[in-house]
Amino acid sequence: MSRIAARFAALAAEGRAGLVTYVMAGDPDATSAQKILDGLPAAGADIIELGLPFSDPMADGPAVQAAALRSLKAGGSTRKALAQLAAFRKTDSTTPVVLMGYFNPIYIYGPERFCRDAAAAGADGLIVVDLPPEEDAELRPFAKAAGLDLVRLATPTTDDKRLPTVLAGASGFLYYVAVLGVTGTRSAAADQVAGAVARIRRSTALPIAVGFGIKDAAGAAAIARHADACVVGSALVALSDKPASLHGLVRDLAAAVRGARAKQIA
Amino acid sequence: MNQINSFRAGPDENGHFGLFGGRYVSETLMPLILEVERAYMAARKDPTFQKELDYYLAHYVGRPSPLWFAERLTKTLGGAKIYLKRDELNHTGAHKINSCMGQILLAQRMGKRRIIAETGAGQHGVATATVCALFGLPCTVYMGATDIARQAPNVFRMKLLGAEVKPVTSGTATLKDAMNEALRDWVANVEDTYYIIGTVAGPHPYPMMVRDFQSVIGKEAREQFLAAEGKLPDKLVACIGGGSNAMGLFHPFLDDRDVSMDAVEAAGLGLDSGKHAASLQGGRPGVLHGNRTFLLMDEDGQIDEAHSISAGLDYPGIGPEHSWLHDIKRVKYVAATDDEAIEGFKLLSRTEGILPALEPAHAVAHVARIAPSLPKDYTIIMNLCGRGDKDIFTIGERLGVKL
Repeated sequence: MSRIAARFAALAAEGRAGLVTYVMAGDPDATSAQKILDGLPAAGADIIELGLPFSDPMADGPAVQAAALRSLKAGGSTRKALAQLAAFRKTDSTTPVVLMGYFNPIYIYGPERFCRDAAAAGADGLIVVDLPPEEDAELRPFAKAAGLDLVRLATPTTDDKRLPTVLAGASGFLYYVAVLGVTGTRSAAADQVAGAVARIRRSTALPIAVGFGIKDAAGAAAIARHADACVVGSALVALSDKPASLHGLVRDLAAAVRGARAKQIA
Repeated sequence: MNQINSFRAGPDENGHFGLFGGRYVSETLMPLILEVERAYMAARKDPTFQKELDYYLAHYVGRPSPLWFAERLTKTLGGAKIYLKRDELNHTGAHKINSCMGQILLAQRMGKRRIIAETGAGQHGVATATVCALFGLPCTVYMGATDIARQAPNVFRMKLLGAEVKPVTSGTATLKDAMNEALRDWVANVEDTYYIIGTVAGPHPYPMMVRDFQSVIGKEAREQFLAAEGKLPDKLVACIGGGSNAMGLFHPFLDDRDVSMDAVEAAGLGLDSGKHAASLQGGRPGVLHGNRTFLLMDEDGQIDEAHSISAGLDYPGIGPEHSWLHDIKRVKYVAATDDEAIEGFKLLSRTEGILPALEPAHAVAHVARIAPSLPKDYTIIMNLCGRGDKDIFTIGERLGVKL
């Protein structure tokens, strides 16, 4: 069983949602980024999304844009992101790590070689924001061969007619984008998310992680009542210059996510 | 069967021109991109849409634009016979409005009530603000802070037309970042907003659609040249940033095998300087802004900053159909430096009494380079895609003249 499947099975057994934390590789510099990444599991992250820096992150808001530019300015790259992951795997062999980025650096790295090297570094899945199902045939076979889940995104604009296209070939989990917009701007509305998650569940057995627009413990708790996992990114990368504060926020988020359903029953 | 031997058949149903093009956008935009495609394919087949567009092009834009025999330029260079396609005489002073008019009519067919656009030199922003004023739609234009500083007259023009100009400070604060920011706006406002892309780039169907709307340039030029000379021209010349004016002139001639075509990229401080905007001559295939095309980037796939004296050519990519035409060698891609463009500007101003924009001044530079050694019966059509009024401050600064 893959790390992702094992983790969602364990979460289901515990009867709670998971916390997915997004941080940018190499942000604000290689040493601090390693410290941030290595400390995430102990702080309560159930799954980690490791951002690959890109100069033109058009689906991201100001916080993640700034994180990518900080990383690049400090010498960050796709290759170094994989090295950072490999170093993390020396300290942690169970927490799933999903690499999240844009297609151009992967295309330039070479999709086949990238998938092989990513798997060797300890990655479990890939999210490529600007590679919709219509275009991902040039990555999917290599991801599959390397044992990497290619995580697909569904959004408020993915209607019932389009959903099967998104689900065909999806694996690992489904990432539901809770708001119309870029990362870290609008707030997700829990009731709308609940409806969307229920609608998607009718079409797939994949776990559903919800992200974009979850900023704090209260927001995470509200989403954790409905989703299998909630993703927090922008609020974390905004603290990358203060690793202790970043890990502190992860602890708060983890506590909120863990308590979300218990509170609902009470 | 005809289509197989045609250079004009692309793209395929998924928007690919050979290896290039496609739809590399986030899932939020995907349904909208498909909707734009459906709406455009329906409009394309609808005679009432074409009739409406023709009406606005004739009575508002001022088409057809003249094809001018540049006699003094021809005599000065002493070789090939040079014609200028006068698209700088369009309302708003450039070719950009051809596509804006088509796209705003499409936006209205789709029931969209808000328009966004990106702009580099400001010509596309002005053209978009103009059609928005004409049809009474709110308009937001994203423009890099660097470009705002060097194209102040166009910024003021857009504001006078009622548009909101949003400065973009992220990344390199130029055209590519303005396009990122426009895409971010669109993702957040998919329900009511239409994005008028200014060039033959972006996700399918934009490269095809903008090309179709700009092809009016080449269709007119073909007829006008046949009427004037009784034959087809030997060569077409156009400058190229994203490539919409070049594609507009070239496309109707692509299957005329005896017509050669030169597209002039901006070489900035020189192709070897690292400071240029020549994506085809200095870049390689990659994926940005919704399509696969030649891009300027580093070995990690991070997009490089482009450089050109002309804000309209200052883009690290190029339309995907150009990448394909480059690959199959149907069009020859050459370059002119900032300095050569300035010389081209001066040459055309003094021989023909026309101030060209800095963008087509690159094309003038190339014509000046090749015309002298060509025979006198060799004919060239150069696309004069914009007028130079917007650039007098940049040129003044370069020539050390305080305005």
